[in-house]
This record gives sequence, structure tokens and C-alpha cells, in this order.
Amino acid sequence: MSRKLLLWLPFALVFVLFAVFWLGLKNPDDRIIASNMVGKPLPEFSARAAMPDRPGVTSADFTDGKPRLLNVFASWCVPCVREVPVLLRMQQQGVEIVGVAVHDSSPALATFLAQNGNPYDRIGLDEGGRAQIEFGSSGVPETFVVDGKGRIVHQHIGVVTEQDVPQLLGMLGKAQ
Amino acid sequence: MIAEAGLAALWLAAVMALLQFALGALALGRGRAGLAPAIQPVAVVQAVLVCIAFFCLIAVFVRSDMSVLLVAANSHSAKPMLYKIAGTWGNHEGSMLLWVTILGVAGATIALFERQLREDTRVATLAAQGAIALGFYAFLLFSSNPFARIENVVEGAGLNPLLQDPGLAFHPPTLYAGYVGMSAAFSFAVGALVTRNVGPDFARAMRPWILGAWIFLTVGITAGSYWAYYTLGWGGWWFWDPVENASLMPWLAATALLHSVTVLATRDGLRAWTIMLSVLAFSMSMVGTFLVRSGILTSVHSFAVDPERGVFILALLAIYIGGALALFAMRIGTVSEGSRFDIVSREAALVLNNLMLTVVLVVVLAGTLYPLALEATSGTKISVGAPYFNSVAGPIALITMVLLAAGPLLRWRSDKPRLVLDRLVFSFLAGAAALLLIAAFAGSIGILPLLGLVAAAIVAVASLAPLWKRNLKRTPLFTFGMVMAHMGCAVSMAGMACDSAFTRETMVAMGPGETQAVGDFAVTLAGVRERPGPNYQALEAVLSVSEKGGTPFEMLPQLHQFTDPPMQTNQAAIRTFWNGQLYLVLGEQSDGDKWVMRMWWKPFVTLIWLGGAMIALGGMLSLLGRVRRDFLPRRRRTATVEALPEPEPAE
Repeated sequence: MSRKLLLWLPFALVFVLFAVFWLGLKNPDDRIIASNMVGKPLPEFSARAAMPDRPGVTSADFTDGKPRLLNVFASWCVPCVREVPVLLRMQQQGVEIVGVAVHDSSPALATFLAQNGNPYDRIGLDEGGRAQIEFGSSGVPETFVVDGKGRIVHQHIGVVTEQDVPQLLGMLGKAQ
Repeated sequence: MIAEAGLAALWLAAVMALLQFALGALALGRGRAGLAPAIQPVAVVQAVLVCIAFFCLIAVFVRSDMSVLLVAANSHSAKPMLYKIAGTWGNHEGSMLLWVTILGVAGATIALFERQLREDTRVATLAAQGAIALGFYAFLLFSSNPFARIENVVEGAGLNPLLQDPGLAFHPPTLYAGYVGMSAAFSFAVGALVTRNVGPDFARAMRPWILGAWIFLTVGITAGSYWAYYTLGWGGWWFWDPVENASLMPWLAATALLHSVTVLATRDGLRAWTIMLSVLAFSMSMVGTFLVRSGILTSVHSFAVDPERGVFILALLAIYIGGALALFAMRIGTVSEGSRFDIVSREAALVLNNLMLTVVLVVVLAGTLYPLALEATSGTKISVGAPYFNSVAGPIALITMVLLAAGPLLRWRSDKPRLVLDRLVFSFLAGAAALLLIAAFAGSIGILPLLGLVAAAIVAVASLAPLWKRNLKRTPLFTFGMVMAHMGCAVSMAGMACDSAFTRETMVAMGPGETQAVGDFAVTLAGVRERPGPNYQALEAVLSVSEKGGTPFEMLPQLHQFTDPPMQTNQAAIRTFWNGQLYLVLGEQSDGDKWVMRMWWKPFVTLIWLGGAMIALGGMLSLLGRVRRDFLPRRRRTATVEALPEPEPAE
């Protein structure tokens, strides 16, 4: 290679580098990290009762033949507030929703539920976020559809909106 | 009104930048040199205007003016005053404004104080500085206006609790001063290429600016490392986080540049390479800004993700870096090679130093960008962690340390290997002594920490060798600077090696009255109590600690619960001893009245930052010495010190 071409090498390298940056910017779906637990049984876990009037959550609760939603949330999570009305309506339609509150505390949860309503039949307190990691969940809110045998059939990342309800109900119906 | 005044000042500053660039470009043309004197006042006015804009932004934050979008999104009226001010740059728009403010001030400083450089090169340098500023003003005004208004907001959203720390007040401005100060070197290089003026005079003129920026970078990185160490509560001092790497890469390039510019100034060698590094150092700063500001890489530092802004900065980078490299490719061929030197010589050692630093830079760059490249090409998401960086960069850093021991003891142009080894005898003895001491008292430790400690001992002694048998009164200040900085490298490396070899760590659930041992300390939990803070609720563990049955003392780690925005942070309790630090963290409550406690005994960990401070101090001594010799009036030239044709030592 002649010296002349060699001198253009840095320019070429920077060009390649910027092409990579460009591609990175064009794929902004960075934050969505799918769980590889979908299709597998719910991992063993147990989260102690967060509220005095609701039981805590263990993986054994999911194997009684009834499909459920497992909602990973937190009282400090602002988007979680938005999905509570939707979850409440689903609860009225007979869906059983199990809540796992991550990095949370009972007093803060009491305030959260008093202000927004309580769509949960059980609420477990996942203090260290260990259970959340076991589910393969990387953020809040996330909602899992768990079938009657305790197998995760679907992971919903982000806020559950009205548009998502038919899909979730359909999956719950099939997951007997 | 203040916000509008700030915006107006920002627009006017942008106009001044355009004028600065246009005047410079025109003045370089044939027969229009008469325009050149106008460029200096324009650069100064630009700096004054951008400073006004910046102070306007601080003012709206101080007054908690919630009608300004940026204040509403990042501040809160109940926030302590220090964080209201520091919050000005604790967000995207504000930090970019700080960025251009420093850029403007750097340009004005060059315009006011640079007297060494040939007139046309100085004009070209200022024009380049104006061109850079112009692009970033456009970025602020068109896609990141810090003064945008919002209606009907009564209270702000608050500042990220992790940032509510005195560190925020000093860390970003210092680091930015270093990042952006490198723009001076970049503009100098462009100016030198445009006017075909690459030589020792140019290098001597550029050197203090590089040193100044490099000192800020060193202080910024050292302070940032300590900040992360005590606020994140993980007991680590460097996480190889993309944003940390973004600050390390310009530092590596600047350190290499600092050494190569000395070869150019003293021996008129390494011309093309020095220009290349000048471009590289600031390019790394800009790439760092891009990585942080575009949110393209996930890290603890990344804030809002906005692809549009990312594209804007990327376009600016392509223009500036691409332009400079194209200019380099076209012009450097016309720059003659400079003087030659032997394989065993000070120059050769500095070339090796440059090579090593560049290799570390490439390693860090590759590790930082590999996940990005992999995701762009195959969609796989991975994260390159500390094991890669430590195992690849560690050994190279060790080799660099060995070179560092020998380099300053070599003569310029040519030297004899045997004589060099003679000069290193005491250093090798120190290394052997360190090896024996470790074998006798420390037992078996990892190979990397072991080599690190031995290298630290060798370098510590070798760094003093340049002062051996010298009349200290007649030794120039910059030689003391070099000795201090190299000694700092040894001290820092010793700290890193001790930390990784001898740290003791335990994590237990403790109830009140229970005792746990860590290192030579017995830690007893007396209880956990609540403590209201100014804008958070704190849980505080009361721990009674005693060393080997000595008098017990109290340590109080805290867990802070913030409400605006809701978030939890750890406040580690750290106690410094002469031989290390005890680092205690309060974790979550486990069953009943037990609390998770994480405890570290970190022997000699403070040496890491002490070394960093010594390196920065060495830089300051060098800067002072260089300015005294090269810049101030030449009345001392007649003195005997200068009359001796003594070879100049490296930085």
C-alpha cells in the first residue's frame, strides 16, 4: 500500500465507525429485553406478603389449574399507575392477577393501592428484586401470562393498555 | 425574561462564532491579512455572550422558574441550593450549554494569550475553534434549546437522586473543561495543517494548552472515580462503564499526545503522529459526548434517549473528525519527516509509550463499541464487562509502567543499553524487595496484582532517578512535574493492586446486637433508625466498630428514599485509616428485624486517588514550568540556567 493510501486509513476507519453508530441509532428498541423464560415453568420463588390483608406469592400458587396474570410492578413506578385502571377492569371480568412489587416497602404500597385501587388477589414483596430476575424481567411494569400448570406462556413488556386486553384475555382463555 | 435574554445571548454567540470562522477563513486568503486583527475581539465577545447565556440558565434554576421546561423537568423548588445550581448541568441541554461555554472560553483564552504562534497559524486555529463552536451552537438552538418555555407547571419533577451529591457540582465541569479544552489541540492541529506549519515552535505553543486540558481530565476522572466509589455503594472504583470509558479514551490519547508533543518540541520528530494524536484526542472527547448524549449505549449515566439528537451530533462529528482527517491525509504528505533517532533513545521510549497508550485506547474503544457493532450486525445483545478490560488492558498497562521506569533515564537521540540498565539498578532492587515482602507477608495473590505491586515499586524508585545527583535548585519546575506525575502512576497502581489482592468482603443479615468480623474489625449493629433528610427519608444503621478490641467508634451508613422522583440510594459509611478504608453499606431489611449489611475492608485503596491527584499536580508543576520558560518575557534567558544546552527532559 502506498503511503498516500495509508494516510487515508484513519479517515476510512472513522467512516466505518460512524456507520456503526448510524445503525445503532436506527435501532432504538434497545430497552426491550425479552425473557427467555417464556415457554418454561415459573421458577421457584417465594415473596412474603406485602399487605396484611392479602397473602404473599410463591411459585406453588400457580399450579392449581387456573391461569393467571403475574404483574411485576412497584409503587415508585410512575407508568405502573397508568395500567391499574385496566387491570381493575380485567379483575372485574374474572381474571386473577398476582402482583409482585419489586424494591418496595409495605407503607409505600399501601399508599399506592389506596390512591389507585387494588387489582391484586395476592401481593408479594420482592425486596431484593431476586424474583424479578428469576422471571427474566428487566423492568417495571411487566406482565406475564401463566397457565394452570405454572408455565409462562407470554411476556408483556411495559404498560398494559386497553388495546392489549383482548390479546391477554385470549391467551388466558387458551391457557387452561 | 431571563430565559429570553439567555436565548438571545446564545443566538448572538452563534453569530459571533460564524463571524470568527468567516473572518479567519477570509484572512488566510491572499492579500486580506488586514482582517486578521478583528478575529481576536470577535472570539472574546463570543465567549462573553455564551457565558451570559450560561449564567441566565443558572439564574432560572436558582429561581426555580417552573415556566422553563428544563427547570420543570429536572428541578424541584424544595431542592437544596447547591443542587439547584449544579442541576443546571445535571441534564442534557444544560450540560451541552456548559460544553459550548467552555469551548467559547477556550477560544477566547487562545485569542488573548497565545503569542508564540505564527500569525497565520493563530488565525487558522481560531477559525477552526469558531467552526467547532458554530456546529454545537446549532445543535443547542435547533434540537436542544435549554430555554424553551412550558405552561401550567407549578412544581418540578426533581433531580435524579444519584446526582444529588456535591460531586455533581464539580465533576462534570472539571471533566468538560478537560474534554473541551482538547478542542484547543484539535484547532491547533487544523491550523498547523492549513498553514503548513508543523515544527518545534508550533509544538511549544500548543503544549501548555494540552497540559491544561489534560490536568482537568485527570482531576475529573480521579474525582469521578471516587464519586462512583462512594455513591454507588458497590465498593468498586472503576466499572468500565461506557461513560467512564468515554472519559478514559480522551485521557489516553491526551497522555500520548503530551509525550509526543515533547518529542516534536525538543527534537523536531514525530510530526505527523503528533498532529494525528491532536485530532484523535478531541475526536475521542466528541465521541464520548456522543455516546453519553445520544443514549446509544446503555449505562448508569445515560439519561433520555433521543435518536434525532443522536443523528445531529453524529453529523457534526462526521464533519469535524472526517474533515480533520481528510485534511490530515491531504496535507501531511507535504510535512517533512523531522529528525531521526536511534532504537535506544528517549525518543524511541516515547514512541513505545505512545504505542502502548494507543493500544490501550483501541482495547477500550473496541470493548465499548463491540456490543453496539454486534447488535447492529446480528441483533445479539451482549455486554462486555470488567473481565475483558482488566485482563486485556491490565498487562498492557504493566508493560507501559516498565517503559515509564526506563524512559526518563534515557538520553535523547542515542543511548547505550548497558548504561540504561546501570541507571535502573536501584529500581530493580526495589522491585525485588517488594517481591520478597509480598512472598513473606502476603502469601499467594493473583499474578496481575503481584506484578502490579512489583512494577509500582520499580517505577516509584525509577521516577526519582532523574533527580539523582542533580542540583535541585537548578532543576526546572517541569522536571519536578514529570517526577511527581510518574510517582503518581506508581502510587495509583499500588493502590489498584492492593485493592484487588487484599480486599476483604462480607455480606450478612444482621439483627440488633449481632457482631460480624471484616478484616481486623468487629462490626456490631446497635440498631436501625429513621432520619428525615432535606428532600428524602433516610434509614440509618448505627454500627459500633472496633479494631482488634480497641476503642469502639460509630459508623452510620444510610439508605435514602427519595420521593421526587421516587428512588432509593445508598450512602455508604466510609472510614479512612492510614492503611486503608472500611466501607459499610446498609442494604434491605430481610426477615424480621434483620438487615442486610455489606462490608469491605480495602487496604490502601486510597492510594488510587492519591496517585491520580499526584499525576494532576505533576501536570500543574509542568504547566507552570513551561509557561515560565516558554511564554513569559525572555529576561531569564541570559541567566546561566538557560545558557547551558542541557537536554530537555520529557513531561
